[in-house]
Amino acid sequence: MPFEDYEPVIGLEVHCELKTATKLFCGCPTTFGNEANTQVCPVCLGLPGTLPVMNGKAVEFAVKIGHSLNCTIASYSKMDRKNYYYPDLPKAYQVSQYDKPLNYGGYLDIVTKEGTKRIGVTRAHLEEDAGKLVHAGGKSGRLDSSDYSLADYNRGGIPLVEIVSEPDIRSSDEAHAYLTALKSILLYIDVSDCNMEEGSLRCDANVSIRKKGTEKFGTRTEIKNMNSFKFVKQAIEYEIKRQAGVLDKGERVIQESRLWDVTENKTKSMRSKEEAHDYRYFPEPDLVPIILDPAYVQKLKVELPELPGAKRARFETDFGLTPYDAGVLTSEQELGKWFEVGAKLTKNPKGFANWVMGDMAAQMKEQEKELKDLKFDQKKLAELVDIIDAGTINSKQAKEVFLELFNEGVSPAEVVKSKGMAQVSDPKAIEAVVGKVLDENPNVVVDYMGGKQGVIGFLVGKVMQASQGKANPKMVNEIIKKKLDS
Amino acid sequence: MALSEKDVQYVAKLARLEVTEQEVAKYTQQLGNILGYIEEMGKLDTANVEPLTHPLDMKNVFREDVVKPSLTQAEVLSNGPEVQSGHFKVPKIM
Amino acid sequence: MELYQKTIHEIASDLKAKKVSSVELTKATMAHLKAVEPKVQSFITVTEEVALAQAAEADKRLASGSNLTPLTGVPLGIKDLLCTKGVQTTCASKMLEGFKPPYNATVVERLNAAGAIMVGKTNMDEFAMGSSTETSYYQKTKNPWNLSCVPGGSSGGSASCVSADQAFGSLGSDTGGSIRQPAALCGIVGLKPTYGRVSRYGLIAFASSLDQIGPMTKDVEDCALMMNVIAGHDEKDSTSANVAVPDYTVEMKKSIKGLKIGIPKEFFPEGMNPEVTEATKKAIEQLKSLGSEVHEISLPHSPYSLAAYYVLAPSEASSNLARYDGVRYGLRVPGENIVEMYSKTRAAGFGPEVKRRIMLGTYALSSGYYDAYYLKALKVRRLIKQDYDQAFEKVDVIVTPTVPNPAFKFGEKTDNPLTMYLEDIFTISINIAGVPALSLPCGLSKTDLPIGLQIIGKPFDEGTLLKAAYAYEQSTDWHRRKPTLKES
Repeated sequence: MPFEDYEPVIGLEVHCELKTATKLFCGCPTTFGNEANTQVCPVCLGLPGTLPVMNGKAVEFAVKIGHSLNCTIASYSKMDRKNYYYPDLPKAYQVSQYDKPLNYGGYLDIVTKEGTKRIGVTRAHLEEDAGKLVHAGGKSGRLDSSDYSLADYNRGGIPLVEIVSEPDIRSSDEAHAYLTALKSILLYIDVSDCNMEEGSLRCDANVSIRKKGTEKFGTRTEIKNMNSFKFVKQAIEYEIKRQAGVLDKGERVIQESRLWDVTENKTKSMRSKEEAHDYRYFPEPDLVPIILDPAYVQKLKVELPELPGAKRARFETDFGLTPYDAGVLTSEQELGKWFEVGAKLTKNPKGFANWVMGDMAAQMKEQEKELKDLKFDQKKLAELVDIIDAGTINSKQAKEVFLELFNEGVSPAEVVKSKGMAQVSDPKAIEAVVGKVLDENPNVVVDYMGGKQGVIGFLVGKVMQASQGKANPKMVNEIIKKKLDS
Repeated sequence: MALSEKDVQYVAKLARLEVTEQEVAKYTQQLGNILGYIEEMGKLDTANVEPLTHPLDMKNVFREDVVKPSLTQAEVLSNGPEVQSGHFKVPKIM
Repeated sequence: MELYQKTIHEIASDLKAKKVSSVELTKATMAHLKAVEPKVQSFITVTEEVALAQAAEADKRLASGSNLTPLTGVPLGIKDLLCTKGVQTTCASKMLEGFKPPYNATVVERLNAAGAIMVGKTNMDEFAMGSSTETSYYQKTKNPWNLSCVPGGSSGGSASCVSADQAFGSLGSDTGGSIRQPAALCGIVGLKPTYGRVSRYGLIAFASSLDQIGPMTKDVEDCALMMNVIAGHDEKDSTSANVAVPDYTVEMKKSIKGLKIGIPKEFFPEGMNPEVTEATKKAIEQLKSLGSEVHEISLPHSPYSLAAYYVLAPSEASSNLARYDGVRYGLRVPGENIVEMYSKTRAAGFGPEVKRRIMLGTYALSSGYYDAYYLKALKVRRLIKQDYDQAFEKVDVIVTPTVPNPAFKFGEKTDNPLTMYLEDIFTISINIAGVPALSLPCGLSKTDLPIGLQIIGKPFDEGTLLKAAYAYEQSTDWHRRKPTLKES
């Protein structure tokens, strides 16, 4: 069957580490990168006799996530134990949420080339992170070839919110857009640093394919524990093709967990680790139910900042931006704020947006600068936009002025003045220069008269040269044409 | 619900308990008896009864997000059967 | 009378009056402890060095006369499932042989703060699973009243050490009767407080929603004194209740005139040991003669409590005991890979009763069986709790026998787990409902084995329990009887 006749069905599970100061159930710090087993206490080491006490801040952050994903916040929620053995799990159970998650039934709107699409959010629940294993010995230090593993419990017990999407995603691009939008929200509401390298945002993808037009889901595989959006996209694309290949051969997709192998660019079965999962969930007897006061829940909702989606819509209306531009400018909260201040200082917010997304973004990337490092404020960039719109300088000059602004923080008006850049728009002055250039290039004039319209560019160039670039190029063009055609 | 030796083997595997054939036979019989006794509960009509997980009616016990001292690495590892370079060492996983 | 034979309240006044120092007292107690220990075997670990250091500290406190409590300088036993910093804590299991916790249980911290002395860690059923202390990996504790009988369990060592005067009092834990049943069998006072009354932090969990720590003492006043120290809210235990703690020695002495006592008919089944029935009925008459009113009541769902318990407790235990996997502490048996290491370690580290309960609980929670067993048991739990709620609308306390029979011989109930489980038939529903209950001596059998009376109270009303118990005790002399360490 042609590849295009298959439709992928994708659901994502995102694990987001909350940026609380302490772990979910004890007072150990959550700092990343410290020496192994130095952020561990009897509670998060799972020593016999220890008991968990819930971090109230983690509950607050989790509710904020629920609100920002348009979820219902549960009137009754509880923690459960998920029982399984693995050396990174000190109690041999993970305290998580089973049938009464804190948040459920929400959605997230994503923007793709095809437009806006709503992705359902099944639930967003609170749980504890596991520790970390280093797979040592053997050839490559990888799980499947190591002789032994080393356990570090610094990460064990850090609060996580697991955000589970509905299987509403239909392509790797949509998956990427979902993750980008989700990360943007989590940063906006300031509940996670979303640092992918440090694993504070990790993603599992459930992928299946079915014949287009059919309703029934195919058998899915779960690609586990990816910490880069790029890998998620690549892994989904690979997995869709792999499953199509399996089906085309008349074989069946096996329901299993797979890992994305970064070096070989393929997903690999984890079956050696698998056996029938029987997590024996039951209510955590050491913790009491979470029954939040509706007024408190409402207060957290009211206190949320304007979220990327709302801001994007407002930028489109208020500043006449395209959905794409509005999307870029709201992808990061600080950028959106920075832009909005400037957009209100100019009559041409769209022009301002172009500078922010164009030269400014390029220079920031090249020079590895962030907004807080900039030597200029929005007022100065707005000044540049207004000078251009007044026709005082041309676009080539504008780039030069911008570099001065970016590198030295000099105000555009001063640059124009000190470099004598002000554009000549006086018709008489331009006519004088044009007359001189035509006189000096009689052959070219003859060519034009003979029908070679293209030579006009040469003449414009000569006039600009003669005026040291100050002449208004549009006017030069018009005046040359007028003279030659008369 | 009669308990089979297969059930006992499955449960022993889930609970990470190595069991001999004799143990499986013994546990099948003993656990079967206990389950038989437990199933007395089936006589009670509980269709309209809410489950009770905690004897006390408590809710929302939260802690301030304030850092407390952790153990030292030496204390963390002090009871470890096998430790190596600041970690607990375990046999291969695959 | 020897020093070590006194009660806490008696010895506390001697210490305060400087008739004896804590070091002298500790040495005398330790000498007696060691002398009878070969016969009784109450302790897994005797902590003589710790005790003498604590006694020296207590003497400084006693000398200064400030910051004294009735426990300052008094030697006590600690059940070996309460974590003691730097002191081996085994739960009577091979699994935790040599395990030295880096922290103290909250109750241990409280005893330390009160200036109490720890003489040792007491023997128990492995992970508190049993009713005779026979499932201990380490030794068999003997009943001081008859050395060929069990002391009861799981807090068997905590009961025998108090009964044999090896300590002035002890801490036990009670999940289905583990304080009250051995207290009854050894002729002492044992209180299981309301769930949430005493912090569980540092109590190595058997069944988290049922476990409570409580005192085991020579008389009711000592019980009140220990409760004054260990009861109260602890921010380290989310299930610890923030309910004010009264002075139990004051509550205890209030009058029981007009106290309404309920007698549940379900707790006097046919075929029960006639001596136990007789002693209980006499005790009820005695309470009546002291001015209380007696009412027959019904706890209709109590016959189902044992069944519910043997789903709830093993289920929680199967999860609580999963952490013993040979990675971070305790026993490890090497294996080719992680799963083999886990399975060999757990097979070697746990005894048969613990394995049986882990398997039972794992089964009850496993896919397909949860509703039939675990969920059903949670519903039955509510029915049992409602029985108590309704009963306490009519009466202030409920009185029953603690155990259907006096102490039994070693090996008598080890072949069939169910017969052992029936030992807890009168104590288990109390843990399921979370209410407090106390056992105190109310008689001796013809063969000189103690019989216990159980008094059950409203949640957080340990004061009334102690009041009823104290009034009864003061009008009898059962609590003054001493065992003879004889063999039958």
